[in-house]
Amino acid sequence: MLNSKHLVLAHFWLAFAVFGLALLLGEWQMFVRSPLNPWISNSELYYRSVTAHGSAMGYVFPTLIAMGFGYAITEFALKKPLIGRRWAWVGLLLVATGAVTAMIPVSLGLASILYTFYPPMIANPFYYIGIVLVVVGSWIWVALMSINMAAWKRDNPEKPVPLAMFANVAGAYLWGWTAVGAATEVIVLILPVALGLKTTIDAGLSRVFFSWTLHAIVYFWLMPTYIAYYTIFPRAIGGRLYSDAMARIAFILFVVVAMPIGIHHLFADPQVGAGFKFIQSVFTAMVALPTLVTIFTICASAELAGRLRGGKGPFGWVAALPWDNPMMLAVTFSFVMLGFGGAGGLINMSYQLDASIHNTQWITGHFHLIFAGAIVIMYFAISYDLWPHLTGRALNSARLMKAQLWLWFVGMIVTTFPWHYVGILGMPRRMASYDYTNPAIAPEALSVSISVFGGLLLLISAGLFFAVLIRGHRAPQSDPGEYRFSVAVHEPTRVPVALNGFALWLTLMITLTVINYGYPIVQLLALRGNAVPAVYVGAAR
Amino acid sequence: MSAERLFTFRNPWFAAGVGITGAIALLSLILGFVVLPYAATNSRLTSLWDAVCSAAGVPRPTATSETEKPSFTTSNVVMNSRTFGAPDTRSVGRGATLAMQCAICHGSNRQGQVDTPNLEGQPAAVVYKELRDFKAAARTSAIMSPFAIKLSEQDMLDLAAYYSYLPRQPGSHPDPAVTAPQVVVRGAPMRNIPTCASCHGINNAKPGTPWLDGQSAVYIKAQLQAFSSGTRRNDISEQMRNVARQMTPDEMNEAARYYAAQP
Repeated sequence: MLNSKHLVLAHFWLAFAVFGLALLLGEWQMFVRSPLNPWISNSELYYRSVTAHGSAMGYVFPTLIAMGFGYAITEFALKKPLIGRRWAWVGLLLVATGAVTAMIPVSLGLASILYTFYPPMIANPFYYIGIVLVVVGSWIWVALMSINMAAWKRDNPEKPVPLAMFANVAGAYLWGWTAVGAATEVIVLILPVALGLKTTIDAGLSRVFFSWTLHAIVYFWLMPTYIAYYTIFPRAIGGRLYSDAMARIAFILFVVVAMPIGIHHLFADPQVGAGFKFIQSVFTAMVALPTLVTIFTICASAELAGRLRGGKGPFGWVAALPWDNPMMLAVTFSFVMLGFGGAGGLINMSYQLDASIHNTQWITGHFHLIFAGAIVIMYFAISYDLWPHLTGRALNSARLMKAQLWLWFVGMIVTTFPWHYVGILGMPRRMASYDYTNPAIAPEALSVSISVFGGLLLLISAGLFFAVLIRGHRAPQSDPGEYRFSVAVHEPTRVPVALNGFALWLTLMITLTVINYGYPIVQLLALRGNAVPAVYVGAAR
Repeated sequence: MSAERLFTFRNPWFAAGVGITGAIALLSLILGFVVLPYAATNSRLTSLWDAVCSAAGVPRPTATSETEKPSFTTSNVVMNSRTFGAPDTRSVGRGATLAMQCAICHGSNRQGQVDTPNLEGQPAAVVYKELRDFKAAARTSAIMSPFAIKLSEQDMLDLAAYYSYLPRQPGSHPDPAVTAPQVVVRGAPMRNIPTCASCHGINNAKPGTPWLDGQSAVYIKAQLQAFSSGTRRNDISEQMRNVARQMTPDEMNEAARYYAAQP
């Protein structure tokens, strides 16, 4: 039962259209700063492209996926029509309008500030207004998810909220709160400067507000992926979810500890005290917990499926898994990339280890491996799983799907592993050109070139992905049957009230935010004389 | 299920959730704000409160509060985007009169000497800053210093307004055959040399930096050498000294020749 097919499809298609364009820019960037291409001679073009790529991939694409998937989950899991479908369309319209509003100044070269804003660089105000519209559109989704769950709970007081919806709302709340940081930065600190009401800006405070958003946004991107691990994957491979309670605890842990940890992005920033860097580092380490819980639970679920399929012995169940199933492949690839990316992340969150890779290409390699690798490959898998239910037509290109997933996986490894390596060699990030004839930089040339070819594989993979979806739209109509989420080994008939709602966990999340961010923000607000002149991008000086 | 009370320590989930989160927060606060500050080998903490303040990042005077005074005069000109507004015509007029004593070396219509910079069309901030620095002896020149010493603040503003009001004249020796050398176009990232145009671009200059196109090669090279050897040190935060020290003599020659050949 899905009443909002068009709504979900519109979200997914807009998301993937944005993704496709931004992917082209990404590969162009890889190419022009590699030794395969003589320098393009205009750095501004490069930063323009990086801004478009980052803003599209970071703000628009995953937000639309989370929104669309969230609406689908609401109807599939709660088995009732979405409440507030009109508002959902308004949200989508806001995101689309915001994306266009932001991209116009970017393409005109008036907002080449990268998606992380980097004050005191100040872009054209329409860039920020566009981003705010995207966030406001997504807040409508946050509210709708909350309202739909509350309404369902009111109607079903004795039943546990279905896991998929519970996890979906966890992601919504996490995003709702984490977006407050960047929204405050943009609306309170940046926009007055961009509009010309002020000419100075407190760059340090802006960075602290941005860090509030910057790390937890990754967990918001991750949520659809984790929801798919828990609620789609066990069903797709013919097994059962090992534990419903562990799944809920994992999502709750994300809500509580994923938010107040962003200062580990500011390890090299002088305006934050070392004590706060330490405490946020501790909580960053805590985020490993829900991920480890997830890896355990999902591997256990896979083992159940393997044994149900006749696998024997300590490893025989692995061979018995349905390896020709796209979901099986996607989750395996996603786990491998999550493993490497997570290991890299442990380095980034360690104060001393971070010093050796801070602001190097290692970081860009890291977040591409996690986001574009582990997370986005599951966005593909989610689309493959949902598409027949959205279009009422079967996806018959199984071989194409597998080739696509393989290519994305191999492409991402080939792109990001050399990328990490050049970071260790000391190659700085956010630079448009490198003089590879310099003996000090020459050793990086080979690795950077390999990355370009990895990016090419990703482009081909994305082409296949679009081919699969478009062929799906052209396939003959067929009834996909009722959409089912995974069933747990022990289906919960009742769960503790703590695992059925978020009141307690949101309280903890906000309390921890106050502990971890309260003082640094108040201190910087109270400090005088720390504003610096704004640098207007694209303005004649 | 809904009858169960959540916000009470009798609820095991509440007790465990709040307890564990609180314990981790408390433990990391103690570690981060007390144990680690004391563990730092260079800590000069006087009390527990001092340790907490240092970890919280409270701005404090450092133990060695007296700063080292340089043996030479440094530039005390402060630049910001509001230093110079639109030129005032009376100021331009006064500047034109004052500039008559400059013309003997700085010429008009590029008739100046090869060892002097061309000032026509330079941003007001450039002329003003250099005059201030000459007057304060942050930059020294046997010829310029005596001129600058007698200038009042308003004289310097007027001269700056006048020269920025004049249109930039085309270069005297344009030579399209001279291609831009590596050090100008790309700088040298590994030696911390940015591209020249990141500050000296004609359309995109940082406040207080002159444009270089069409300037005399002799003058540019002499200034690079002066920055490199430290005989000129009125650049803010050693920006130009840090660049020039890293440049090879060949690169200085190439950069000077390139800019002199610009139209």
